[in-house]
Amino acid sequence: MNINTTKVISLLFFIFSAFYLYTAYQIQVFAFDENAPFNAKTFPIYLGYTGLFFSGLKLILPDPNTIKVQHKTLEYKKTAILIVIAIIYGATILKVGYFLTTSLFLFSSYYFLGERRWVLMFLLSFPFVAAFMYLLHGVLDIYLRDPFLQSIGVMG
Amino acid sequence: MIEGILIGLTTALTLQNILMVMLGCFFGTIIGMLPGLGPMTAIALMIPITYGFDPATGLILMAGVYYGAVFGGSTSSILLNAPGVPGTVATSFDGYPMAQQGKAGKALAIAAWSSFAGGTLSAIYLLFMAPSLSKVSLSFRSPDYFALMILGLTAIAAFSSKGQFLKAMMMVVLGLMLASVGQDSLSDITRFTFNNMNLTDGISFVLVVMATFAMSEALTIILKRNDPTSAAKQVSLTELGSIKINKEERTKMYKTIPRSSIIGFLIGVLPGAGATIASFLAYGMERNVVNDEEKEKFGKGSVNGLSAPETANNAACSGSFVPMLTLGIPGSGTTAVMLGALLGFGVQPGPRLYMTNPEIFWSIIMSMYIGMVILLILNLPLIPYIARILAVPKNYLIPLILFFSITGIYVMSFNNFDIYLMIGIAVVATFMRLYDFPMPPLILAFVLGGLMEENLRRSLLLSNGSWEFLWDRTLTACILLTTILIVVWHIYKTMFKKTKG
Repeated sequence: MNINTTKVISLLFFIFSAFYLYTAYQIQVFAFDENAPFNAKTFPIYLGYTGLFFSGLKLILPDPNTIKVQHKTLEYKKTAILIVIAIIYGATILKVGYFLTTSLFLFSSYYFLGERRWVLMFLLSFPFVAAFMYLLHGVLDIYLRDPFLQSIGVMG
Repeated sequence: MIEGILIGLTTALTLQNILMVMLGCFFGTIIGMLPGLGPMTAIALMIPITYGFDPATGLILMAGVYYGAVFGGSTSSILLNAPGVPGTVATSFDGYPMAQQGKAGKALAIAAWSSFAGGTLSAIYLLFMAPSLSKVSLSFRSPDYFALMILGLTAIAAFSSKGQFLKAMMMVVLGLMLASVGQDSLSDITRFTFNNMNLTDGISFVLVVMATFAMSEALTIILKRNDPTSAAKQVSLTELGSIKINKEERTKMYKTIPRSSIIGFLIGVLPGAGATIASFLAYGMERNVVNDEEKEKFGKGSVNGLSAPETANNAACSGSFVPMLTLGIPGSGTTAVMLGALLGFGVQPGPRLYMTNPEIFWSIIMSMYIGMVILLILNLPLIPYIARILAVPKNYLIPLILFFSITGIYVMSFNNFDIYLMIGIAVVATFMRLYDFPMPPLILAFVLGGLMEENLRRSLLLSNGSWEFLWDRTLTACILLTTILIVVWHIYKTMFKKTKG
């Protein structure tokens, strides 16, 4: 059986709207605000119903412009690797510091995308990030705490 | 008005601001040339940098990026038949055939002069129209604003959805839902935070823009195995031909430019409509206006056919500033990003902007003229060289886009939760893009979410909880009626297609 993915996304959105609406009803407002014409949960409640309305319509009505995605032609592997690298970057940046994590993030991204010109890869990661950090510190006055550079005595 | 113009000139002509216009135009031209990366991505990448400047300078930089991107898009349309931005698709109809005939230099020159004239003329229209509209919009009340926002969101969904109105409306609702996360502005009650302290202040606007545009566009390029830079590698410096325009061609342009600039500007002012619709309409109108002999040349390298959409798309860019500057309601996704940035600066756009912050209001208008001159200087002699710079391999371009996106978010909060959130939103956005769920409605809704709730709150409180405010005033009722007509028409169209099938 062929499942129309757009309908599946619409169904997911319908469920999400229902969950949003349920959570909107759970918002605790102040006692004196409970019967006010407008309180913190009024707008979200309307939004929840609007979400149910449009996703419900999309589910019921025919899909004249069905989108068919050729999954075989899509590059899932490299995309997933880039996402994982970005997550690792997020997990390590506070502990290791901006310079090393960002440089490694760039270097590994170039590598996994198929680049093998090592000198260019190096120049566009470590010195590039160093120059960018200088721009942030020196020109824009944005301080980036960097435990790695502090540990080797480059930063105060 | 003279006083305003002088204030604007004083601000726009400072060395820093001229430099910003130049930088913006240059950066925008490069990004605009890359198929798939549009002005919204270019502006999104600029936002973190602008927070170091005062609001006028920041907005001047972003406006420069905007014109530059539209301008750059026309270059790839002409040279490679690969429009960099949707607003320049119509440019390729006659620009590319002209380039194939060995007149690429001439086509680029016609496009550059038409864009310059369109942008300059529409900046003049803006100069006269914006203050007048500001005065009119001072009489607007909360119900009118609420209705206008609903109309703006519905219109952008209708225009940007390519026949998929319901998908666009779902994105509008999703944008509003994302905007509702965090503390309620009046009572400070937290909503949808699930006890996560990182969400108490809500989701950052820059984060959403970066995730849905810059990052998700980069991921889409990898996922679909596109190579936006491959086009630039094909540009040959030696085969462009002369950039001189002869007298006959100039005469044709003199007639086309004024009418196309008016169409472009008026379409740009309308909420939701933008450069794409303006350029197609101007192209269609021009084809109907010219004589039969010229009509035959359309699609085969007509001067009128190239000049009309190029004039209109630049005029529409200036036009789209009108609702943003005068009503505080952006008419397009790109101006929505700028509105979000303005709110980030602590500036509230709206009818009082030109009284409370005249330097911002007027300097943006004045910087448009400077921007047009810079773009002309930049595009005419330098474009083949700029196109060469673009031959940066995809393997470097994508990580650098990701780097600027993630760094942009990190330096704003120094919190890795924002990086995770951005990755999450970008992954969902990339997946939804595959199935043609448009992103501009989501951004516009996210920016307008807070303002919309605020105006609904005021309207309901003033009317004691009654919904009569929706039809009490003729203006509110008319705006809402238009909105209902758009919604009903699009739903009817979907149902009609079923019957036909």
